Amino acid sequence: MSKAAQHTSDTDAILATANTLRWEIGDNIHDTLVESIYTDAQRIASRSVTEPDSKPKFSMDRQLDRLITSRWFGFPLMFLMLAVVFWLTVEGANVPSAMIASFLVDTVHPWLRAAFSSLGSPWWFTGLMVDGVWLAMAWVISVMLPPMAIFFPLFTLLEDFGYLPRVAFNMDSLFRRAGAHGKQSLSMVMGFGCNAAGVVATRIIDSPRERLIAIITNNFSLCNGRWPTQILIASIFFGALVPSHLAGLITAGAVVTVAMLGIFFTLAVSWGLSNTVLKGEASAFSLELPPYRPPQLWQTLYTSLIDRTAIVLWRAIIFAAPAGAVIWLVSNIHIGQLSLAEHFIAASDPFGILLGLNGVILLAYIIAIPANEIVIPTVLMLTVLSAKLAGVGDGAGVMFELDDASGVADVLRAGGWTMLTGLNLMLFSLLHNPCSTTIYTIYKETKSVKWTAVASVLPVIMGLVICFLVAQVYRLLA
Amino acid sequence: MTQTHAANCEDCPVHNLGNLKKLGINMAEFDFVVALAGNPNTGKSTVFNALTGLRQHTGNWPGKTVTRAEGGFDYGDKRFKLVDLPGTYSLLSTSTDEEVARDFILFGQPDVTVIVVDATRLERNLNLVLQVLEITDRAVLCLNLMDEAKRHGIVVDPRGLARDLGIPVVAAAARQEEGIPELLKYIYEVANGTYVCRPHRLERTAPQLERALTALTGRITAAFPDIPNARWIALRLLEGDQKIIDAVRSGELGSLIRRTPVRQNEQHLIAGTV
Repeated sequence: MSKAAQHTSDTDAILATANTLRWEIGDNIHDTLVESIYTDAQRIASRSVTEPDSKPKFSMDRQLDRLITSRWFGFPLMFLMLAVVFWLTVEGANVPSAMIASFLVDTVHPWLRAAFSSLGSPWWFTGLMVDGVWLAMAWVISVMLPPMAIFFPLFTLLEDFGYLPRVAFNMDSLFRRAGAHGKQSLSMVMGFGCNAAGVVATRIIDSPRERLIAIITNNFSLCNGRWPTQILIASIFFGALVPSHLAGLITAGAVVTVAMLGIFFTLAVSWGLSNTVLKGEASAFSLELPPYRPPQLWQTLYTSLIDRTAIVLWRAIIFAAPAGAVIWLVSNIHIGQLSLAEHFIAASDPFGILLGLNGVILLAYIIAIPANEIVIPTVLMLTVLSAKLAGVGDGAGVMFELDDASGVADVLRAGGWTMLTGLNLMLFSLLHNPCSTTIYTIYKETKSVKWTAVASVLPVIMGLVICFLVAQVYRLLA
Repeated sequence: MTQTHAANCEDCPVHNLGNLKKLGINMAEFDFVVALAGNPNTGKSTVFNALTGLRQHTGNWPGKTVTRAEGGFDYGDKRFKLVDLPGTYSLLSTSTDEEVARDFILFGQPDVTVIVVDATRLERNLNLVLQVLEITDRAVLCLNLMDEAKRHGIVVDPRGLARDLGIPVVAAAARQEEGIPELLKYIYEVANGTYVCRPHRLERTAPQLERALTALTGRITAAFPDIPNARWIALRLLEGDQKIIDAVRSGELGSLIRRTPVRQNEQHLIAGTV
């Protein structure tokens, strides 16, 4: 008999024996096995472990858990915690953002311009590279870097401490009722920092169906790039309605309302998806609430800066550079008397007005797809360009920001903005396509053009429909 | 080196290299492969970082190791590849994570499996340890979070535990890098065969099952005399584990015979092929 044949007959014999024996021993073998594992584990542990004489002092953890996951305090505590994180992020980022902006925009930008022209670069090349590409990158870095460098480490500290699994525990029933996975609450919260990071964070969800739901709905978490837009517009159009000592409160209230609306849409769309195209039961998962542990401060700083901030920022810069070029080109290529941008704004304005927005906003959202951070500078530049305002801004294709909100308000009102425009811009900022960094990340995570398209187009359609409805109601009432 | 020709292709180390490659492990430039197993939340990733110096994100959150981490380290004159397995409570293959971990220990045949356990929850953690020891006979136990245990007044006796389990036990507090040098030393000794483990194997009580197991184990050891976990294979076959049945049928199992001086052979083989 050859060696191979011998081998086959051996394995066949083994399998045949196994089959016969399996019938003889009945089907409780699994239980027997588990039982013997537990028995041995218990016996070995009891021989080498000496428990303390007094009652174990886990009570501190237990007390904390009782509070954090309590029916009454759990949710308010969670919102309070998030509010504090956001407040620290927004407040803490102001100063460094202004510093980076003043360096990159006020110092480096003129210097680059001078350097380019002294090297004999033609005006259009200087404009394209310095006013377009450089400024877009400068805005993205100065608006995006400080909040991310604050938000991600804070978030990671909460994670290290052991708070996040409790958030998942609290939110689980809401998400389960929406047919989604409880851990989606975590990727959702991560999305408040950055949707691209939130999409990556959905990896903690095993079931492909529930993971897709989490990916598609992540965009409804208002990301860092959109918070400044929300805060600025809210303070101009809502904060200004009330006496100045209440303005801050009203502004904050309006922004938090939009963020809550985002959570509502997350749940509603999750429910919609799991009852239509992504049908299925919410999968059960066991979640161990780990003991609270003091966070490892330095390691947290290091990893969250390297893993999250740097990677996300790098991608954003890569995508912002070409966008800067496009912004400059559409404002500087003329057909007849008007630039491409002005043609588009004029053509799309009626449609924009119908939606309670305007042509400038539509164009800004199209060319600012790479990064939500450059929406406001683009809107300002385009408003000045199309409304032919004199004495503001730095010229066609040069994005700018104004130091105080009242300056911005003047520009916007001159551009024909009303309270409805402000309200709908806030809604549209929540409900529009993800930025191209996020779209690319969704594609990398799902490897599916179809689902990437769904995740990109669905929010825009929702945004257009909701803006349209709000505009009709507003006009009926006003 | 005088290797007799009796060794057929199944004992050949290249075979195992192929298996590792299939699991996505590139073993070029490494002498030994070390798997890192453990329950979620035992500080497995922290141990991983302490061993490799990598700064993998280590959150206090079960299941946060979302991509399999790999790293390397040198000890003595050898180079080790460290593979972080998903954190699991058991290896009974009820979830993808458990299957990934089990398949790696079974088919990847790591030279050493380091099992990280939480010293404050030893009994529950031992469930996984005992299951790992059914599959492999080359393991080191890292009794982690000893600092937390001390804080809670729990005393664990590493030597008694080592005696009962038949493998080296290292008391550690990986966050403070305590115990990491000893862990490295034991990994080295188990990998190169200086420390021979006598792993604890489960004692089963049901006599009927015992008879069936003995019979089947006998058949398996007759066919594959050098297989290190015949009894466990027998148990899986009796349970009707399709993956193991397939592995027996395809002969893949036969290729998993413990190769003791393998890595040295490998050096020759690699040198020979160039």
